[in-house]
Amino acid sequence: MDPLNWFEILGRLIVQLVPVWAGLIALFAVSIAFRRRLGLYGKLFDSAVGMIGFALVMFWVFAALFANMIITHDPLAQFSGMRNAAPGTPLRDPAGGYEVFLLGGDALARDVFSRMIVGAREVLRIAPFAAMISFMIGISLGLPAGYIGGKLDTGLTFVANLVLAFPVILLFFLLVAPEIQNTPIPRVMAGILFLMPVLFFTVLLNARYFTQPAKRNLYVGAVLVVGLWAYSGLAFNADPLGVWGMSPNLLNVFVAVVFVNAPTVFRIVRGITMDIKTRDYVSAAQTRGEGPWYIMLWEILPNARGPLIVDFCLRIGYTTILLGTLGFFGLGVAPESPDWGSTINQGRRLLTVYPHAALAPAIALMSLVLGLNLLADGLREESLKD
Amino acid sequence: MLVFLARRIGVMVVTALCLTFVVFYLTNIPAKLETLAKTQAGSRISDAEVASWLDRNGYNQPMLVRYGEWLGIARGWTRETDDGTMTGRCYRLTGTTEPGAAPARCGLMQGYWGNSTRFRAPVSDVISARLGATGILMLWVLIVMVPMALVVGVLAGMREGSRTDRTLSTFAIASTATPEYVSGVVFIALLASSTVGLSPLLVSWGWIDGPVLFQGNARSALEKITFWNFALPVMTIALYGMGYVARITRASMTEVMTQQYIRTARLKGVSFPNIVLRHALRNALIAPFTVIMLQIPWLLNGVVIVEVLFSYPGFGWTLFEAAANNDIELLLAASVVAVLVVLITQLISDIGYVYLNPRIRVS
Repeated sequence: MDPLNWFEILGRLIVQLVPVWAGLIALFAVSIAFRRRLGLYGKLFDSAVGMIGFALVMFWVFAALFANMIITHDPLAQFSGMRNAAPGTPLRDPAGGYEVFLLGGDALARDVFSRMIVGAREVLRIAPFAAMISFMIGISLGLPAGYIGGKLDTGLTFVANLVLAFPVILLFFLLVAPEIQNTPIPRVMAGILFLMPVLFFTVLLNARYFTQPAKRNLYVGAVLVVGLWAYSGLAFNADPLGVWGMSPNLLNVFVAVVFVNAPTVFRIVRGITMDIKTRDYVSAAQTRGEGPWYIMLWEILPNARGPLIVDFCLRIGYTTILLGTLGFFGLGVAPESPDWGSTINQGRRLLTVYPHAALAPAIALMSLVLGLNLLADGLREESLKD
Repeated sequence: MLVFLARRIGVMVVTALCLTFVVFYLTNIPAKLETLAKTQAGSRISDAEVASWLDRNGYNQPMLVRYGEWLGIARGWTRETDDGTMTGRCYRLTGTTEPGAAPARCGLMQGYWGNSTRFRAPVSDVISARLGATGILMLWVLIVMVPMALVVGVLAGMREGSRTDRTLSTFAIASTATPEYVSGVVFIALLASSTVGLSPLLVSWGWIDGPVLFQGNARSALEKITFWNFALPVMTIALYGMGYVARITRASMTEVMTQQYIRTARLKGVSFPNIVLRHALRNALIAPFTVIMLQIPWLLNGVVIVEVLFSYPGFGWTLFEAAANNDIELLLAASVVAVLVVLITQLISDIGYVYLNPRIRVS
């Protein structure tokens, strides 16, 4: 079989990605049909920029979901004679499997296309959750800092500025290292950082339902059971049932990324809270005799959602970039990991001769982050309209 | 103003102390000291030998004491050796063994930065040489980035919602979505690869002599900077930083363009270019100024990535080498420099903001 030309490669890529196209078409058809009933999400489909961004993001989400159907080869397997193979090179001995490397082979004779698709799964498994935890920490600390003010605000702001004054890259070099993984530092940090979401939900539900003890006990109890169960597994790897768990290097990466992101969220939430707390509906709630946590979580927070949703999209993108940076320096990733950052790192040694191995994950990463940024821009525009 | 300045500097000193202690703690955890002992005294030594090596070299004191020694506020450790000479932190750093010949304190404040195990040279020499190289890189980055960002931002922001605005805003968003390790890889593949991209085409047309148009390796820029070996690293850093500054400039510009005095100027019949240049620009540039200053420490990220990618031996490359080779003294010194750069640019941006904004300056 002859090597494929670029048109054939493109055609085969489109065929290979059929599950993604199907998913995208279904999602867009349903969303556009019901967009008037879907709130802010529906309004997104009025903005061209927002739609393009959403499509790019969902492309990678579907690629990660259907990765098993899309990949042509095992992302970790090596094939003889395929070292640094050009895109479209046929395999010597397909043995019944897919007969070409669509985007070529890397320096260890693995399929670049399959690694890129599986890499999306690696990235999308970490980035949104790290951004979510950063947000919960930023919200749980930023609301009281902005609302109560005083010494609490001064103290928290000082700590946040301390973390922000740390050059990110230096923090990564110091915090994500094999020696650190063997110390209690990541566990202690995870213990503090992961406790925040549990506290957040407990206080959130307690503030709302404490006048109806039966309902309160049910909701708060459920949160505490599920939350502490996940907490024990994720932070201390001590889940009795073994459902939740994180390998030490993943935990290390996770903690470092959350630690870098949380202070920025804190500053944003604090600023918005200080602005909103002067509004009339907050005074009305105060006059009604509502408690401070109820006002913060059920009066101020819902009214701050616009900017926070926009920033959440941007933050997932930034987290993706940070994860790529970690991979680029080979920090905290498993040696064979197909995530985009480490694939770029492995590809850069032969970059001037065989650029395809590094180029594919680089463009993948860029398109995902671009999609998230465009999505954020579209959301910002639409949320400002009303 | 003076009270404000004094308070800011006070906070800055406290922040610097906290951050350097964190760095000191993280670089001096037992596991790293053990690695250090093994690289210095041989990789096959036993645990007992590691312990005695650490003891002999003053690593067994409490963390806070050693931080004080390193900073130069606590007395350096000393010990009399078997043959009657003295050894200790300050004796080693000054290179004497005579009892009493070395100063009592020798830390950062006295100018003793220690020795690099990776480069086998005094840390201060290594850092100053590399900082110079990075300074040149940063200078060119700022020369390229700032005007480009301001022009893009002002052009986009002066007519909000126009076609120019949409195109330039999308460009700015795309540039913030392209981290240095992506744009660097794309640039090298397109312009500095001998097998793909532009260079083989140009060679086959006979337009260039060498195999590649741009150099993918910037090491030669240390001796002589040319456009061909320095453009790619500079562009890679500038591109990522540019988008953010451009977006801030645009936001600031669109806000200024809706102000009353701009409308007044329009109604008086001032031409549009005049409004933008004379009335709007000066007020619209306050916010970008702060952001550009705050951008400098943020560029450090890019500097490390780009210097590693293009193997340009500057400050970022040194930081990476120090971290990768467990070179504790060098990593500490590089961290101090990085933290100081961050804090000083923050201070300048605060002062500049107060100085540029008449509303704050007067009150």
